[in-house]
Amino acid sequence: MVNNRHRSLGLTDEQVVNMYRYMLLARKIDERMWLLNRAGKIPFVVSCQGHEAAQVGAAFALNRDVDYIAPYYRDLGVVLVFGMTAKDIMLSGFAKAEDPNSGGRQMPGHFGSKEKRILTGSSPVATQVPHAVGVALAGQIEQKEFVSFVTLGEGSTNQGDFHEGLNFAGVHKLPVITMVENNGYAISVPSDQQLACERVSDRAQGYGMPGYTVDGTDPLAVYEVVKKAREDALAGKGPSLIEAMTYRLTAHSSDDDDRVYRSQAIIDEEKQKDPLILFAKYLRDSGVLTSEHEAMLEKEIDGIVDEATDYAEQAAFAQPEDALKYVYEEQMGW
Amino acid sequence: MAILTYIQAITKAIQEEMEQDEKVFIFGQDVGKKGGVFRATDGLYEQFGKNRVIDAPLAESAIAGVGIGAAMYGMRPIAEIQFADFILPAVNQIISEAAKIRYRSNNDWQCPITIRAPFGGGVNGALYHSQSVEAIFANQPGLKIVIPSSPYDAKGLLKAAIRDPDPVLFFEHKRAYRLLKEEVPDEDYTIPIGKAEVKREGSDLTVITYGLCVHFAMEVAEKLAVENIDVHILDLRTIYPLDKKAIIDAAKKTGKILLITEDNKEGSVMSEVAAIIAEHCLFDLDAPIQRLAGPDVPAMPYAPTMEKYFMINPDKIEAAIRDLAEF
Repeated sequence: MVNNRHRSLGLTDEQVVNMYRYMLLARKIDERMWLLNRAGKIPFVVSCQGHEAAQVGAAFALNRDVDYIAPYYRDLGVVLVFGMTAKDIMLSGFAKAEDPNSGGRQMPGHFGSKEKRILTGSSPVATQVPHAVGVALAGQIEQKEFVSFVTLGEGSTNQGDFHEGLNFAGVHKLPVITMVENNGYAISVPSDQQLACERVSDRAQGYGMPGYTVDGTDPLAVYEVVKKAREDALAGKGPSLIEAMTYRLTAHSSDDDDRVYRSQAIIDEEKQKDPLILFAKYLRDSGVLTSEHEAMLEKEIDGIVDEATDYAEQAAFAQPEDALKYVYEEQMGW
Repeated sequence: MAILTYIQAITKAIQEEMEQDEKVFIFGQDVGKKGGVFRATDGLYEQFGKNRVIDAPLAESAIAGVGIGAAMYGMRPIAEIQFADFILPAVNQIISEAAKIRYRSNNDWQCPITIRAPFGGGVNGALYHSQSVEAIFANQPGLKIVIPSSPYDAKGLLKAAIRDPDPVLFFEHKRAYRLLKEEVPDEDYTIPIGKAEVKREGSDLTVITYGLCVHFAMEVAEKLAVENIDVHILDLRTIYPLDKKAIIDAAKKTGKILLITEDNKEGSVMSEVAAIIAEHCLFDLDAPIQRLAGPDVPAMPYAPTMEKYFMINPDKIEAAIRDLAEF
């Protein structure tokens, strides 16, 4: 029996199993997207594999009824916890009209849902950071109790919008939590060629906020630090910067071949840090997850992913001329 | 009804909108206690406080991007960029984000932000305090670009921009700020975005322009009326998307068209206006479409001789009208 860490964080056995379930769901959706891509059925996939613990751990520490999130393209685990379904994601993968993110307009990984308070995202990186700050500013003006949570990769922390956004949040002490999922690579470029400082979290100092570096393969560690950041934000202590150290278990995207820039030995070594394996082990060791339960979960999620895939594959595309819709508010005659 | 300058009309519009809608707030460099470098936000900090009149850190991309976030949340932010010349760091936020938020989310999210910026020359502003930047944005569906030509229009169009459900770039000619004054109603009114206005009915030739040049063109038209040169003047008011019908109607009315912009000639808004006329009015034209614009140099120089050479003025307009009238 290992030290029961989740209970000391105030998480029930049921909650941590649910965390694992979301991690597994994200992984299995992602794996299916790759299969569909390699089978020529969908043009593109960008992966969350290796980041699931950071994403799900963080999202569990947020309030899913009031908080706003501005996820980046890998954040499948975050958006699933915030209410996106496997079907929603598959509809996006197949670019079908029913895709709630964009109606088939954007590539997969460009999340958005007003109802779920998931800000619509784009491809230029770090532009979402000022957006999350703006949402927090609006909340401060209206004296509402929520935080905004924004994520990005470590390469994207070189963008001006990251620095401008964090500085704005720091100056105005806004309830913004920025989490950088540092997987060591900006596509092919390793972080020692990207960052002049040792850690992304060192950058927090320039913006008057605490910076934390946390093991992103451990959902409980990430949960703990995001929970603290949220409490601080709501207590008026301002924003936090969190760097979650992760591994990218796939190539950057379906159009990338990572064998060109990292060795098989490194890839194999990183696979040992797979958060799904590590967290399942923790749950088994702490007596929360039995092998029967695990098998049941696998089966249930396989069923969900199969059903979502079939549904999305058969769903209708938007009409060609739907490309003309929604440039402006149309009720005004535009 | 009070006599207001162009900039006072802008302040009035912001003040009235902030009074009637708590979702409206303004932020940017120096908009707080100072009341703006041109004093466009004069008195607003005292009236509404630091929660709604916010001095932002000097970083244009954040000024745009934070406003976009607040707009997505449901606020009605007015972001001030101190000079249009300094909007370039915010172009990614404006074009990649604001312009595409409704479209990319399939109408789920909206971005009702107004971004105000003083533009234009004739104030000894040199290269980086004089530019016309509208053409950079005037081919980006999802954006609306408004440029008022009078105090009355400034108030009505700015109120319409703040209430508009989509992102609006609102460019204010800084030379017009204190040059132009007229009676502006105290009561609430808006002027529709997307509609041009016939400023003067005429039968000999048509001038299509916007911003400060409308004022110059009107002055010249009155002068030439005495000589029986009857000028028709269309003020575009919204320079993107263009009011095509008004442009076509104005062109057909006289068959001789002079297009005026203070921007560099190549690829200016007037290039698109010329293309619309060429597509729709070929058999109504009695002369080649003429463009009077700034020269194709990077921006206007500081020295008064060179600045004057660059700027549009009544003399240049008069000469261009006379040439066209005689064609």
